[in-house]
Amino acid sequence: MRAFRLTVRCIRTPAGLLAGLLLSAFLAGCGSEWNDPYPAGERGANILYSAFTERPKHLDPAQSYTEDESVFTGQIYEPPLQYHYLKRPYTLVPATAEQVPVPRFLAADGRLLPADTPAGQVAYSEYEIRIRTGIRYQPHPAFAVDEAGQPRYARLDREALRGIERLADFPHSGTRELTADDYIYQIKRLAHPRLHSPIFGMMAERIVGLKALGEQLRAAARDLPADGWLDLDRYPLAGVTRVDRHTYRIRLQGKYPQFLYWLAMPFFAPVPREADRFYSQPGMAEKNLTLDWYPVGTGPYMLTENNPNSRMVLERNPNFHGETYPCEGEPEDAAAGLLADCGKPLPLIDKAVFSREKESIPYWNKFLQGYYDASGISSDSFDQAVRLNVGGDVQLTEEMREKGIRLLTSVRASTFYMGFNLLDPLVGGKGPDGHGVDGEARARKLRQAVSIAIDQEEFISIFMNGRGIAAMSPLPPGIFGYLEGEAGINPVVYEWRDGQARRKSIEAARALLAEAGWPNGRNAQTGEPLVLNLDTTGGGMGDKSRLDWLTRQFARLGIQLVVRSTDFNRFQEKLRKGAVQLYYLGWNADYPDPENFLFLLSGSEGRATRGGENSSNYASADFDALFERLKNMESEGAQGAERLPLIRKAIGILQHDAPWVFGFHPKSYTLGHAWLHNRKPNDVGNNILKYQRIDVAERERRRDAWNRPVLWPLLAIAALCIAVVLPAALAYRRRERAVAR
Amino acid sequence: MLAYLLRRLFYALPILIGVNLITFGLFFVVNTPDDMARMQLGVKRVTPEAIEKWKAERGYDKPLFINPAAPGVGLLTETIFFEKSARMFVGDFGRAEDGRDIAREIVTRMGPSLAIALPTFILGLFVTVSLALLLTFFRATYLDFWGVVLCVALMSISGLFYIIGGQFLISKLWKLVPISGYGGGPDAWKFLLLPVAIGVVSGIGSSTRWYRTIFLEEIGRDYVRTARAKGLPETAVLFRHVLKNAMVPILTGVVVVIPLLFMGSLLTESFFGIPGLGSYTIDAIQAQDFAVVRAMVFIGSVLYIAGLMLTDLSYTLVDPRIRFER
Repeated sequence: MRAFRLTVRCIRTPAGLLAGLLLSAFLAGCGSEWNDPYPAGERGANILYSAFTERPKHLDPAQSYTEDESVFTGQIYEPPLQYHYLKRPYTLVPATAEQVPVPRFLAADGRLLPADTPAGQVAYSEYEIRIRTGIRYQPHPAFAVDEAGQPRYARLDREALRGIERLADFPHSGTRELTADDYIYQIKRLAHPRLHSPIFGMMAERIVGLKALGEQLRAAARDLPADGWLDLDRYPLAGVTRVDRHTYRIRLQGKYPQFLYWLAMPFFAPVPREADRFYSQPGMAEKNLTLDWYPVGTGPYMLTENNPNSRMVLERNPNFHGETYPCEGEPEDAAAGLLADCGKPLPLIDKAVFSREKESIPYWNKFLQGYYDASGISSDSFDQAVRLNVGGDVQLTEEMREKGIRLLTSVRASTFYMGFNLLDPLVGGKGPDGHGVDGEARARKLRQAVSIAIDQEEFISIFMNGRGIAAMSPLPPGIFGYLEGEAGINPVVYEWRDGQARRKSIEAARALLAEAGWPNGRNAQTGEPLVLNLDTTGGGMGDKSRLDWLTRQFARLGIQLVVRSTDFNRFQEKLRKGAVQLYYLGWNADYPDPENFLFLLSGSEGRATRGGENSSNYASADFDALFERLKNMESEGAQGAERLPLIRKAIGILQHDAPWVFGFHPKSYTLGHAWLHNRKPNDVGNNILKYQRIDVAERERRRDAWNRPVLWPLLAIAALCIAVVLPAALAYRRRERAVAR
Repeated sequence: MLAYLLRRLFYALPILIGVNLITFGLFFVVNTPDDMARMQLGVKRVTPEAIEKWKAERGYDKPLFINPAAPGVGLLTETIFFEKSARMFVGDFGRAEDGRDIAREIVTRMGPSLAIALPTFILGLFVTVSLALLLTFFRATYLDFWGVVLCVALMSISGLFYIIGGQFLISKLWKLVPISGYGGGPDAWKFLLLPVAIGVVSGIGSSTRWYRTIFLEEIGRDYVRTARAKGLPETAVLFRHVLKNAMVPILTGVVVVIPLLFMGSLLTESFFGIPGLGSYTIDAIQAQDFAVVRAMVFIGSVLYIAGLMLTDLSYTLVDPRIRFER
């Protein structure tokens, strides 16, 4: 009774009222975890919680090309092939295909050639892909049919779409079996002029007839209204043919073994014609009802909520065909518990909720509270998460270990480098100021000297918290042709001492620079200082210290480095025009093959001359000849044995010519909670959600323990309010009652 | 009054055209259609043909202001400026560079922005005016002195500090509300509580001091002395007389921002993961999405003009001496 009276008296004051309201609201609306950002109804459900930072731009498989997007597209679409989840090196296995296709090689006259025919004699390669029967699409209104078997939503207009805002607003949905036609339809979509598929230019050179189809479609689209539908079935594609309901054949120009990797990407996933037709109806695009927003696939998950501003939700596709968890992997996978779910039907998680977190601090804190199941490590939280011991090994901190958090590390299939533009007379040695052959040799020595002087190990230690390994060549670990140990070092920059690669001394670099005609960084004849210009897109706070460090590295050779910061677009323009001297770039692998890295230095890819990806405009006849041979070879079997020495020879040329200062291959550090199972770093496969498993009970238990609200501050705030208001109220009362004197 | 409003609307037109022109000019100086194409198409495997196709598809292959090749009015209408900017005057914002309808996005995102901005605004106004009146009541006492000191301290702290500090203290240490996120329906309040509280607290310092200054100026006037001489209690003097007479300067600062509440807060929305118009604008700037930036600048201008007109109208409500007739 006394307590009640106290409460009543307390809420007479505004502060007390406020505190009372807050308290009652909390008590009425919350369970034990007040800070739970998810609806109470989701507690105990088999849901994976994750976050995304950048909103995906495209979910259309003809357009989508970035990692942010593949987090979603990889789970929804099913190309014919996929990567084995556990095996390394990465191995292609069938997804919807019955088996990994073996190419047939044909001569120009259509004659069948033996499998070991040299690439130069192969006119066409043919891949015949047979899709498994009985695979069905996710439920979707595009497949809905009426009693007469006719499509329900094939003749919609703006009026009919009134009240329809999301795909779920359509009352009917349907499904149908996946056929070879769907794959053919999607390959044609790569040439659609309004989709701007990033791989069209490249594939047009490979798939027979795709270029011509692109021109045909372009002409047809010119007269089409903005929201008009281009019926791709009316335009045949010579190089892609339907064999039967479940089989199709793709004909390529020449030999291109890497094509199999492309068959594991969403670009070659099926798109049903009905869906394309459905989304092209008037009024659909205005409501963001597009294939780019609501994908349609046969994969383990379907996108049921797409609000890329806030959250995206993938839910189990009820029509997903049977697939089981793999039973084979690397030798250490069994010990890591990665084979515990062998043979279980996939997917193992019912739903995945991806929330948008633009800032790293809330992302990290929510992970620590258990509201995200996994997280990367930003530089802000690095020290809190891991520490490097004396030997350079990475360990979780005590706090992380107490929470049962696990650390997964892997070297990414990426490379970062500082390139020299070889069209530049000073660093390329060509042109009027380049002094001919002698000039080229001197420029090469200059590049070699710079390669030695820039201490990549120090860079990785200072600026990347040790999250990377110094690059010896363009090839990162895990890619065929990469060698560990002494055989793999870059002999121009490193020497093998005491069982490990040691960077050559700065004196060696100075000697090379002197041989290049720049003793102590000054022109041997004129005494002019050597000035090099670095073009970069940097300019932020972190970039300043990086660039200062880099300037000091050049200064060790007496070279003056001028940093020319510019925005992204200007930088790209300069690269395109060959108007840079030094630049920084990186490359993420499309697929795990050395060709996907070495092509970056192929003469045929010169950026200034041919608009390709070789920003250094490096052109070496020897390297190009080797690259032309090795690029069409396979990495397995007898061809692999033949290919390896060619790769090593090509890399040797690059190391000697030093068109790049080989920088580093980044390491990815991922943290996962104890309740998240079956996670294995995977850099090229993107359909990994279906393999993961969550121990929901464990998550609930830990979340509950970690998130008990601390209530005393509320009382303290209320007391503070009273402490401020009470004297004021008393003073007011005293003043009002005071008599005039 | 109607004539006045029409006249103001008429004046607004050249302002909007000017804003449009400046935005258009500035954006195209630093960001050519080629740059936009490259931003949208990415950096991997982008061919010059793909860039040309992208530009042609979106009409960026046309001249900026005058198209000599087009017949008749096409000279002006078949230009990038007309097609991309002039249409906004009839409410056609077009599509973002990723193909999504801008008007639809704006409508969708307005709700979350308002859900934060409106309570912050109303609560903030109530708290700061009340505090200012309180300080005025206790003027020249220790309460006034320490109140002003607290206000100066509060206004000296960066807005970002309030956000990060609030998230750390209330969400991380005390675990009272979610750190970030947004949800509709009955769950919405738990996401709004912290950003609204931070919005209110971060605005207390400057606003309270400003209102206190206004009230102190009023409190020395003759009518206040008269009211006191009548024997009115001090609360009645402050709330019934001083507050009413101080409304004109208060409204000058307050009403103009009401329409702009729709635009959301860039920082708060970003840190709290609120899918509002503030984060939409930030995303568009980062992605160099000219279509969205242009639309948001245009809407901002329209709302600002509307705010100024509303301010003028509000004067007539609080001060009977102000009339629009000549």
